[in-house]
Amino acid sequence: MTVINLRQMKVNQSGQIVAVKVSGELGRRIRDMGMTKGAEIKIQGKAPLYDPVALRIRGFTLSLRNSEADFIDVEVKD
Amino acid sequence: MGKPLKESSIALAGNPNAGKTTLFNSLTGARQHVGNYPGVTVEKKEGFLELNGSELHIIDLPGTYSLTAYSEDEVVARNYLAESKPGAVINIVDAANLERNLYLTVQLLELGSPVCIALNMIDTAESMGITIDSRKLSTLMQTPVIPTIARTGKGKKEIIAEAARLEKEHKGQREFTISYGEDLDNVLLKMESLIKENHFMTDLYPPRWVGIKYLENDEQILTKGDGLNDGVSKKLRNIVDKVSRHLESTLDTCPEALIADYRYGYIGSILKQDVIQRKFSPDRLLVSDRIDRVVTNRFIGPLIMLGIIYGLYQFTFSYSEIPVAWFESFFGWLSEFVSGVLPDGLLKSMIVSGVINGVGGVLGFVPLIMFMFFGIAILEDSGYLARVAYMLDRVFSMFGLHGNSVMAFIVSGGIAGGCAVPGVMASRTLKSPREKLATLLTVPFMNCGAKLPIMALLVGAFFGKNKAMMMFIITMISWGGALLTAKLLRSTIISGPSTPFVMELPPYRLPTFKGLIIHTWERTWQYIKKAGTVILGISILLWALMTFPGLPDTDVEKFTQQREVLRSSVAASVLHELDKAANSGSRELSPAATELASRLNVVDSLEGEAALKNSVAGRIGTSLESVSKYAGFDWRTNIALVGGFAAKEVVISTLGTAYSLGEVDPEASSSLGDTLKNAANWSPLVALSLIIFTIFYSPCFVTVIAIVKESGSWKWGAFSMIFNTTLAFTLAVLVYQIGSFTGLLTG
Repeated sequence: MTVINLRQMKVNQSGQIVAVKVSGELGRRIRDMGMTKGAEIKIQGKAPLYDPVALRIRGFTLSLRNSEADFIDVEVKD
Repeated sequence: MGKPLKESSIALAGNPNAGKTTLFNSLTGARQHVGNYPGVTVEKKEGFLELNGSELHIIDLPGTYSLTAYSEDEVVARNYLAESKPGAVINIVDAANLERNLYLTVQLLELGSPVCIALNMIDTAESMGITIDSRKLSTLMQTPVIPTIARTGKGKKEIIAEAARLEKEHKGQREFTISYGEDLDNVLLKMESLIKENHFMTDLYPPRWVGIKYLENDEQILTKGDGLNDGVSKKLRNIVDKVSRHLESTLDTCPEALIADYRYGYIGSILKQDVIQRKFSPDRLLVSDRIDRVVTNRFIGPLIMLGIIYGLYQFTFSYSEIPVAWFESFFGWLSEFVSGVLPDGLLKSMIVSGVINGVGGVLGFVPLIMFMFFGIAILEDSGYLARVAYMLDRVFSMFGLHGNSVMAFIVSGGIAGGCAVPGVMASRTLKSPREKLATLLTVPFMNCGAKLPIMALLVGAFFGKNKAMMMFIITMISWGGALLTAKLLRSTIISGPSTPFVMELPPYRLPTFKGLIIHTWERTWQYIKKAGTVILGISILLWALMTFPGLPDTDVEKFTQQREVLRSSVAASVLHELDKAANSGSRELSPAATELASRLNVVDSLEGEAALKNSVAGRIGTSLESVSKYAGFDWRTNIALVGGFAAKEVVISTLGTAYSLGEVDPEASSSLGDTLKNAANWSPLVALSLIIFTIFYSPCFVTVIAIVKESGSWKWGAFSMIFNTTLAFTLAVLVYQIGSFTGLLTG
């Protein structure tokens, strides 16, 4: 078990969110969409220029920019 | 329209893509009205429904995921709920995506709204192997739950009956609390009693809700609170500061984050009590995911996107050609008819040239706008537009724009030959205010269908050898200029951090035909209404500028004399033939009569030119010559450019008039091209300078009005006229001066 940044995750890799380290509008938007501590995520794909990233969370698909993914730490299985 | 005294109002609330609009359409049918909430550009949709003899007023609130103060949509929704206190709120929830959808439900309940849940799209959920025990959900959340399928109308009667019941019972505010953990619960109790004691905003919001908003650092509520009772507000803020420091040191978190965690925790705990059964793992690849594997693939995705955008383009601009032609011939017929009925004079001139040509020219866009919005509605409702934004966001965000900006650019003529009016209107799909503003201010730089003939004329006349290359370069200049200007605006007057992209990629869905039609009609109707009011006024104003003051009598006489001289120089039989032909519309003329007709035409256009030069617009053009000479433009070009503010099509016809060619058909622009080519003061350099100027200068007034409407302020309309013209002039002068100095292209 290792904790990595969401940006570093590969397509089809899954993991569990351990921290969302941002407040204000961005933090609120991220959390409102269900990206809270303990949520399971799986990377679905990346846009043609590798940014934004699309992931599966709580049964739906969410996309966010790499610069926004930077605030999210995920625990992944090695 | 007076409102009935006792009106039952029911609000619809829910996440985007949960089927809210479909339910609204199915409930109200054609009985809806679209307006704006005061002071913001958020659409207000209302409708009526008759139930058991009484009239229900239905309000479709904007689709939101949450009720924060960060977006206009959310503020509008919660202000409506708190201030207008609707009798019932139908919360449409996507059954296939229950967990995230209930997040809004929790917030609606906390706000004290009388909620009933429409558990929508249960059929889709079932096909995904998800079964939901709606009775259990209802018991656990102490809220009525009705399964529905908005698309087919199933459950529609039941949900509206439930809402009507809630409305009648009129329980008003109801308590709903969830735990936010020991730390925050204790603090909330303290805040609650403080708020109750001081009646602090209690007329609008439940006390606990105000406490939660203070903990969430909600700007709107904090500002309101400060203004209302500074002392209480300060006490509340102190409590929040203290608990924030405590959470920071013990849990390394903030109240805002903890609140979201607990809300999702609460939802999770409810769903775990056998409310939801899944046949498959939530990670299972759905049909939508399989489509995405192809459609957003790194290599095939962009190609498919190009194909679809090209298809949209083809659909809009080729299929709308026929109805556009009908409109044109209708207005052509109308102006001919009116010309025939009214006596010659100012009134006729105003009605024909001002009203019919002005408003007709604008209404002529109606079919185009309808087709455009129909196409965009398909892309939007099917879920594809979100994928376009996803794929292109990287490029657009570099310039301070958003992935969703792309549609507005393409529609405005990003590939060549669109129209900025529907382009500006297409920026509506952008929910982020700063990005939206930057988009709608820069899309007019694209080469719309009316600028294209100007480019074609100038390129054909002066750069005939490299036509295709030159047109490509022009397209690149427009894009470069637009993106760089967007970047400039976003780092100066519209500066501010980029709005978070965080966006749902909704599952692909087949759009409903009814939804598409309502969508398209709504937007088209708004456009038509504009044409009837503001545009009518401005058309008349522009007509007046190009008409008054008329030629002095001495000049009019001079032209009349010239005509008389011409007419008396030929045999009476020729004259007779010509008059007869004019009355019967026949085209067969003898050589002598043809000769006379063309000479008379020259006199007419000379008179037209003289009158135009003498008009206010003409005088503006002439007086501008002292400045415009630095860009290489003479007064004739200036008048044409001033006229281009009415509609860019006018540039060529006015240039034609000014260069004494009479009626110039834009299709047959070669003759005007030759004239310009041979004119002494024209050179490829002047042409290039004019091309640059045309790309960048003020949008036509219809576009300006669209900008005002979409930005919600005249300020931005005025800005686009002044800023764009200044930018265009600076660039044109640069090109012309550098060209003259180095001697390039002057030959």
